[in-house]
Amino acid sequence: MAKAWPMAQTENHSKEEHGGQQERQFAKVNEIIALYEADESALIPILQKVQEEYRYLPEEILTYIATALGISPATVYGVATFYAQFSLDPLGKYVVRVCDGTACHVRRSQAVLDAIRKKVGLASGEKTTQDLGFTVETVSCLGACGLAPVVMINDHVYGNMTPEAITEILDTLEKREGDAK
Amino acid sequence: MAGTMIVDGKPVELNGEKNILEVARKAGVELPTFCYHSELSVYGACRMCLVELGNGQIVAGCSTPPRPGLEVKTTTPRVQKIRKMALELMLANHDRDCTTCEKNGNCKLQDLAHRFGIRQVRFGQRDIKVDIDDSSPALVRDPNKCILCGDCVRVCQEIQGIGVLDFAHRGSEMTVTPAFGKEMAEVDCVNCGQCAAVCPTGALVVKSQVEEVWQALHDPQKTVIVQIAPAVRVAVGETFGLEPGENTLGKLTAALRQMGFDKIFDTSFAADLTVMEEGTEFLTRLKNGENLPQFTSCCPAWVKYTEQYCPEMLDHLSTCRSPQQMFGSLAKKYYAKELNIKPGDMVVVSIMPCTAKKFEAQRPEFVTEGAQDVDFVLTTQEVVQMIRESGLDYPNLESDSLDMPFGFTSGGGIIFGVTGGVSEAVLRAAHYLLLGEELDQVNFTEVRGTEGLREAEIDVGGTKVRLAIVYGLAQAKHLLEELKAGRADYHLVEVMACPSGCVGGAGQPVGTNAEIRSARAQGIYTADKAQQLRKSYQNPLIEAVYEKWLGEPNGEAAHTALHTTYSERRRIQGDSISLGEDGEAKQVEVAVCVGTCCYLKGSYDVLQDLGRRLRGAHLEEDVDLKATFCFENCGSGINVKVGDTLYSGISPAKTGFIFDKITEALQSK
Ligand code: SF4
Ligand code: SF4
Ligand code: SF4
Ligand code: FES
Ligand code: FES
Repeated sequence: MAKAWPMAQTENHSKEEHGGQQERQFAKVNEIIALYEADESALIPILQKVQEEYRYLPEEILTYIATALGISPATVYGVATFYAQFSLDPLGKYVVRVCDGTACHVRRSQAVLDAIRKKVGLASGEKTTQDLGFTVETVSCLGACGLAPVVMINDHVYGNMTPEAITEILDTLEKREGDAK
Repeated sequence: MAGTMIVDGKPVELNGEKNILEVARKAGVELPTFCYHSELSVYGACRMCLVELGNGQIVAGCSTPPRPGLEVKTTTPRVQKIRKMALELMLANHDRDCTTCEKNGNCKLQDLAHRFGIRQVRFGQRDIKVDIDDSSPALVRDPNKCILCGDCVRVCQEIQGIGVLDFAHRGSEMTVTPAFGKEMAEVDCVNCGQCAAVCPTGALVVKSQVEEVWQALHDPQKTVIVQIAPAVRVAVGETFGLEPGENTLGKLTAALRQMGFDKIFDTSFAADLTVMEEGTEFLTRLKNGENLPQFTSCCPAWVKYTEQYCPEMLDHLSTCRSPQQMFGSLAKKYYAKELNIKPGDMVVVSIMPCTAKKFEAQRPEFVTEGAQDVDFVLTTQEVVQMIRESGLDYPNLESDSLDMPFGFTSGGGIIFGVTGGVSEAVLRAAHYLLLGEELDQVNFTEVRGTEGLREAEIDVGGTKVRLAIVYGLAQAKHLLEELKAGRADYHLVEVMACPSGCVGGAGQPVGTNAEIRSARAQGIYTADKAQQLRKSYQNPLIEAVYEKWLGEPNGEAAHTALHTTYSERRRIQGDSISLGEDGEAKQVEVAVCVGTCCYLKGSYDVLQDLGRRLRGAHLEEDVDLKATFCFENCGSGINVKVGDTLYSGISPAKTGFIFDKITEALQSK
């Protein structure tokens, strides 16, 4: 079974472009590997760049990288799971990062997190919604403690969050999605 | 380095010791270790081997080189405290169900807890239980028992050159696992078991078939026959306090008879048969200059390795089944008839030094009338357990003799158990097989030895035959690279996965090390010398078998019963990557292999070119173009699958051909 290709879900690509889009990304893995001359000691930067392309590290791509670098897939898996920055599961279209640094924590970031999870409908233990709409994670300190509690959605930072405020923001996003369909 | 070191107040002369562990041993102190193995790289993480230096510094004995004048103390209050704490931490995170553990009585963790008098664990008790992986035919992996020493990781990486296992995740979630948390049977494990042989705990153990064998023995319907591999006879005794290398075949036979096996035979007999077949095959190839070098095929770990990693050289493998499988095939195809029973009512058990033989026995090629040729494979460890269970006083058993017609061997059949043995046995027979003349020479000491790679050049009937003998698949991998690059050139290559060959197999008694392996190898050569007949073709049973059943070596009947075929095998089970949009019903599925072999031949260019052509013809909506990993047909890549048809040998210049096939497929819909 073919897996859903995550980038196929990003916005603003007409259908005709999709085939080419996918291939360029696959080309990208080869380009990245070539950039580092298939050097096994460059595994971490290679994984970083690949994740930039795919938004996560698909199993197949990791096996592919292992093959190209001449190391074992178990080793690549080990490195990819060691660093918190890497994700081996497809991320949602919106990645919601809730800061759980000290400043945010004392300003009740937990309640914000709970509200988000409830709003997008995540069961306990789940990180990403089944339709790949939302991924919800906690991170330690986004470096915006003055605005605590802080939530980041994709590249956008929202400060002084409350359960109510974040619910409203998510509402808007969901509505926009609905309209796009 | 020369000089003197002080260990616990005693001076010790240095003489090239690698580390403080070895120096301490010279002073009569055995430091505890989990993560140190003399044949692997140093990891230095378990903190058991700590010693205190004269200046109060604490260092790891395994990773600290000796220095003249250095003073170490091995049992100071600080060292004791850290060791016990480290042990308790391991125990706290360990499933401590010792009584039902496969490693009970052989476990290093249990042993050290005992040795250091751990009576309580202050850090609680592991409360999570993760799934046990028993997918492999050879091994069982229980992560609940893993102490993260990394021994298995390094043995698979450094000795076998594969790297099936590695550390994953971090902190309290850290595990040692195959890639992507997959099961052992889904990845490229060759079942050699060396990881289990070094695992200090019950986290990696041999998969036992003892219960199944008892059941067969207790079933009056079944005729249970057993074959004993060469390397077993020189190792069983160890577990009963006898010297490693002592040949106890007679006692083992007596024990098996007592357990109720109907017939007890020798795998070495089948090894003699292998020499006839493989020798004849080799001489034919040599004469015709085909498929050289010939690779030996008796080690199933090596065979699986070749299928996974070097499919383009599969036709170099000898087509001979291993001695275990030759035996099974003869037993089920011919011997069962002679006894007038159905193959299904005969149970063939093997006693092997090897875990990979468990996998081999289950290969679908080795079946007669629907019945597996070899039903159960017991390792030396398992047969020891059965002897214990039977309450037998092994060292004092009266020797018994094997049964006929498969209970007699030449010396050539016995030396199969040690690295270089297959080569030597073939050399002993080659002259005769080639010219029909006896050669006085029996021993070919050139091929013996303990180095991982040995080379020899031997005159066979006027041809200088170049041999390479290898053990450890990492060495074999290197050799394959040299062959492919044209930097090496041989006629015959013998490969065994395990250190020193099968005497160092992972089914042998726990605690095998280089010294024990040498003693077992010595035992094999002694047994060889004691044999009246040393050359396989001299074995009268072999002659009888050809006369009665098989015709001539490499003849038709022999081919059917004693030879096999190989196929490419994918290394890791994985999904394919769809390059187009997903979710819509496409009419034709096109998959391009991006597995290693195809990748190297430019399969990626094929992918891109196909994508371009499809878009050019506005067919991207109808065709689901995918990248997949490996069609198990690597030797003839690039492989592209259109619908259900696999096209091989596609080059980037031939994408037009595939494109035409796609249009045809679309038209036929
Ligand atoms: S059995 Fe051999 S190949 Fe498999 S994981 Fe263990 S050491 Fe590696
Ligand atoms: S499985 Fe065994 S050898 Fe491997 S890390 Fe765990 S305890 Fe060590
Ligand atoms: S060398 Fe012998 S014991 Fe080791 S895997 Fe090969 S056949 Fe088995
Ligand atoms: S044996 Fe030295 S740290 Fe493990
Ligand atoms: S790499 Fe195996 S079929 Fe291509």
